This record gives sequence, structure tokens and C-alpha cells, in this order.
Amino acid sequence: MQLVQQILFVLISSVAIFLFIKKISEIRRNILLGKEADCSDNSGQRWRNLMLNAFGQKKMFKNPLVAALHFFVYAGFIIINIEILEIILDGITGHHRLFSPVLGSLYSILIGCFEVLAFTVLIACVIFLARRNIVKVKRLNKGELLGGWPRSDANYILTFEIVLMSLFLIMNACDLNLQQLHSAHYVQTDAFWISQHIAPMFNGMSETTLMFIERFCWWAHIIGIFVFMNYLPYSKHLHVILAFPNAYYAKLEAKGKMSNMKDIQNEVLYMMQPELAPTDTDPNAVMKFGARDVTDLSWKNLMDAYSCTECGRCSASCPANETGKKLSPRKIMMDTRDRLEEVGKNINLNREFKDNGKTLLHDYVTVEELRACTTCNACVEACPVSISPLDIILQLRRNLVMEESNAPQEWNQMFGNIENNMAPWKFSPDDRDAWVNAG
Amino acid sequence: MNVRTYAEYQANNETPEILFWVGCAGSFDQRAQKVTKAFVDILNHVGIQFAILGKEEMCTGDPARRAGNEFLFQMMAYNNIQTMNLYQVKKIVTTCPHCFNTLKNEYPELGGNYEVVSHAVYLQQLMNEGKLKIKEDNEFKGTKITYHDSCYLGRANGVFEAPREVLQSLDAELIEMKRCKTNGMCCGAGGAQMFKEEEEGETRVNWERTAEALETGAKVIASNCPFCLTMLTDGVKNKEKEEEVQVLDIAEMIARGIPKG
Repeated sequence: MQLVQQILFVLISSVAIFLFIKKISEIRRNILLGKEADCSDNSGQRWRNLMLNAFGQKKMFKNPLVAALHFFVYAGFIIINIEILEIILDGITGHHRLFSPVLGSLYSILIGCFEVLAFTVLIACVIFLARRNIVKVKRLNKGELLGGWPRSDANYILTFEIVLMSLFLIMNACDLNLQQLHSAHYVQTDAFWISQHIAPMFNGMSETTLMFIERFCWWAHIIGIFVFMNYLPYSKHLHVILAFPNAYYAKLEAKGKMSNMKDIQNEVLYMMQPELAPTDTDPNAVMKFGARDVTDLSWKNLMDAYSCTECGRCSASCPANETGKKLSPRKIMMDTRDRLEEVGKNINLNREFKDNGKTLLHDYVTVEELRACTTCNACVEACPVSISPLDIILQLRRNLVMEESNAPQEWNQMFGNIENNMAPWKFSPDDRDAWVNAG
Repeated sequence: MNVRTYAEYQANNETPEILFWVGCAGSFDQRAQKVTKAFVDILNHVGIQFAILGKEEMCTGDPARRAGNEFLFQMMAYNNIQTMNLYQVKKIVTTCPHCFNTLKNEYPELGGNYEVVSHAVYLQQLMNEGKLKIKEDNEFKGTKITYHDSCYLGRANGVFEAPREVLQSLDAELIEMKRCKTNGMCCGAGGAQMFKEEEEGETRVNWERTAEALETGAKVIASNCPFCLTMLTDGVKNKEKEEEVQVLDIAEMIARGIPKG
């Protein structure tokens, strides 16, 4: 019987890990569909950003209470993984509490700490659920988060964590009862800090019942973790992994700097100084300007999309969104991910991308949204996981204007004025210094 | 008004200390011209040898680039860089944060390498060096002032303290808005919005921001950007507060605080 359990465990964990790696490689492939972007300079600063913004969650602390709660969930997530190591080793070897004899009295303290963490995670998740569904925090109940998958996704994650933590605590409570009954296989430990208060609920139950509950919780907990792991890549919860590389590869230059388009720079240079133009260029080469679809964006933009946790801090700080315009930076990120997933599925199906008549621009992100952006960088500043929705918006705008000549009439006039009068307004360039002698 | 162009300096075999980049708004917009003149007053008061490019200055290309027209931006950048490199410009000071951002962050990789300073930082430096002193009985003494961070000086380039320190010199009462510094709210003009009608929404960005500024009870809304100046002035008019509340550039305020002559 024990052996069957061990084999079953190894089988389940292998399948779970295999599926997880498969999906993660698919996401990696999708991200690499993006254009090259060099984000490898100045590694010292990049590591600092990773430590501060990903590990330290610096941006979250603009709201200290929420930040503290989120930090508990995150610390719990990371530290409880140590306990999961024991659970996995127990599962494979058929032992029970493998580390207990090795660590002695320290073991109970360690488990006690995990329990405290588990309990805080549980409380924090309950509060988060309440914020979403009862208090109805505005940014979590707005626009693209009003219904459907994104809303359910968030609630599933929180519920899942609550269930996992409860299973862990109930398992330990039953374990303590079994220890009191001196049940074989159940190693004697000191009382655990949290579960000793839950244990009385199970007093008076028979050894078999207790064992059944304990085993059920153990299996449900570890299978739950495997399920959750495989749920990650489909969910906004993927940020627990991608927040780290995303912080590392985030832009280091001044936020106000727009990316240069070398092709156009050269084009203008050759127009002004034809003697510099290379003679061996391919006359049939087609230049494409800006981004029309996800594959025109950089891999960093695409990683941004997979890193987004849909918290909506960007949209809450967006002046356009706040004043009722259609633009929502969060939607830009969700659209990018949705479209990239669609492209990914298309590739899985056809081995290579087959045009399905859709593009990120127009089919996902509309012109009206793009036109509303003031490039104020509030969204970039607000994002806790170092995403730049602005970078995507500007690349889509470039495509609109340069590939489709799609600009509002006022902008076309502004372009004309700059071209002819060297100023965005219709004034004569000869009057540029007229202010010197005026009044 | 004592203003000379780079060409005039060169004709006399002289080199100015700084190039004052006036910008399109500062050159043509009647309201922004007042800021330009105020800044010139300060420069002359301190006795800085400065030059403008005059008719040779062109739009930096900022609104074209942010609207998506990279060709036009590159054309303007090419011409401006040609002009400035020809004059061997070393240091630029500008009263427009959009020009500042483009000149400082976007021209270097196109071959335009200059030390670029915003007027806020330049004024702060002049004060720290003791070259610029404010009258003790200036008109803003004790006045409630709120400072609006422009996106392109603030978030885009991380300049938050210099303009505030400059305002402190007026011995005024500086009150922060609910959202300021990194959390500051845009006036609604950036990203070439200045040159088009706002998209449809519930309200206007500048009305929303102006409401925040008025909430502080300040008598002066201080800004550092010609576009913010326009947007906030319109906002104040919309709330019918133009009799009580002034919208001013920090250069104008400092110019009023120095002895005349």
C-alpha cells in the first residue's frame, strides 16, 4: 500500500512538472517572437532594480497596508516552499516528516513559523477577496476587470491559496492528535504554534478517521500545489515568476526617452547627405514602421504582457482613464497577452503562424484608445512589476501614423506646420525671434 | 531687451556661456512669450552671456515623434543638431520641459551631445552660487503657492526638488497637491495632445488637475512648462477663478522677485 502511494506520488509529480515545463517553454517561445532589444547593459543597476522592485516590492509600498499584506502572501509563498521540499521527499521516500529527527526541537519551531506564515497568508487572502468583492476597490472593479475571466482568475487564485493553507493547517492539527494517540508512523514533535489551537476540533475522533483526514489533506495539499503550478502560466499569477526578470530587464534610461528608429534616422541622413547613402542596398527591402501586431513589438514588451498581474495601478493613475477616456494601460497589457496567446495557439496548430486576419492594432487596441495617451509616464511609474504600457502605445501610434497615415486632422496640420514653418503652429519662421522686439 | 543670437556672437568672435533654447511655445505663444522674457530678464540681471538661435531654431520634433511621426522628428533633429554642432554649442538651458527632454535624452544618439539644463535647475544653481538673490519683500512672500510637476521634468526626468527649492526662495507658503512628485497628475497636453481635441470622456484632464490645484487653496499655481501653463490657465478660467488664482511659470515669479533695472 505504501509503495503504491509512493509510485502514485512520483507519477503525479512527474506529469505535473512535465506539463509545467511544456507550457513555460511555450511562453518563452511566444516571448521570443518579439523583436530583439538589448537590455543587458549596466548589470549592477539591473540587479539593484531586481532586488528593490521584485524582491523588495518597492513600488507596492506606496500603499503600506496593502504592501504589507501582499508581502506576507509573497513571503509565505516562498518560505512555505521549504516545507514543500519535505512533503515531496516524504512522498517519494514514504517517510513521514523526514526532517523531524534530523532537526530535533528546531523542527517544531520551523513548522511553527510556516504555520504562522500560512495563517497570515490565509488572512491576507481573505482580506484581498473582500477588497475585490465586498469593499469593491475601484481599480479592481473597473473596465476590463468588470467580469469574465480576469475577475474569476483573481478570485480563483485567492480561493486556491486559502484552501491550500487550510489544508496544511488541518493536516498538522490531525497529525498532533495522532501523535497524542501514539499512532505508529506519526513522529512525535512539539506542538505546532497554530495547529495546536485547531487540534481540539478533532479530539475524540478515531485513529482511522484522523488518519484519513490527515492523509486526505496531505494529498489534497500537494496535488493542489501541482495544479496551482500548472494554473500559473494561464493566469495573471504568472507574475510571481516573471516579476523578477521583468525588473531586471526594465528600461534604465530616463523615462521620457523614446526609443530611436535607426532605419528612419539613416533614411533622413541619406536624404540630407546623399553621398553617405550605401550603394548596395536591396531596393525591394520593405521597411515596416512601428508595431501593428505583437510580433512587431520587442520581446521585453511581450514579457511585460505575461508579467502583468492586472492590479490596475496603471489605469488608476492614467489621466486619460481617470477622466473617462477609453484608454486603459492595463487593457493594453491584457490585449497584448491575449493576442500573443492567440498567435501562440495559431503556431501550435499550424506549426508556423498563419494569418488569421487579426492584428493587435484595431482588433484588440482601438485608435481611440491610442489617441488618448498623454505620454505622462504615470502608468510606467505606477507599475509594481516594471511594465511599460507606454512603450507599446507609442509603437502602435507609429504604425498608425507612418503605415496608415491615420492621424486626426489637427495632427496632420501640426505635422504640416512643423515641416513648413518649423513650429507646430502656423507662424512664419521669420517671426521666431519677433518676441525680442515686441512690447 | 538685450538678446543676441549665436550668429551675432560668432560675428564678433565671441562665445556665449549658454544657449537659451526658447522653443516654439516660448517663441510664438503670447502667454509663453512672457515666460521667455522673464527668463531673459533674469539672465540679464545675473549677467550671463547667453545666446539664442533666433530664426535658426526649429521645433525639436517632440510633438511629431510622440504622435508617431518619426520621419518628421528625425528631420527636425537632423537640422537642429547640424545648426548646434556648427556653432559648437556646449550648454543649453531651456524653459520648456518637452524641449529639455528631447534635447537631453533623444539628441545624443543622433549626434547632438550637449549639457542640457532645465530652467528650474539652472535657477536653482544660480541661487546656490549666490548669483541670484530674491528681494526680501517680494510680492509672493507669505502667499500660498502650489507647484504642479510637469510630466516631462518630473517623472520623465526625475527633477522634483529643484523647482520647489527655487520657489522656497520667495519665502512663500508652498502647499503640495494631493498628487505630486512621482504621483503628479498630467495637465493633459503631453504626447501631442496639445495640438488636438481631447478624446471623448467624462471630463477634461486639465479641469481635473486644476480642481486638485484649487483644492489646496493656493493663490498661485506654479508651473515649469508652457503647455501646463495653457492647460491650467484654461482650467482656472473654467472654474471661474481667474480673478483670485494666478497660473505662473517659476521664471516669471523669480523675475518679479529680483530688483528691477
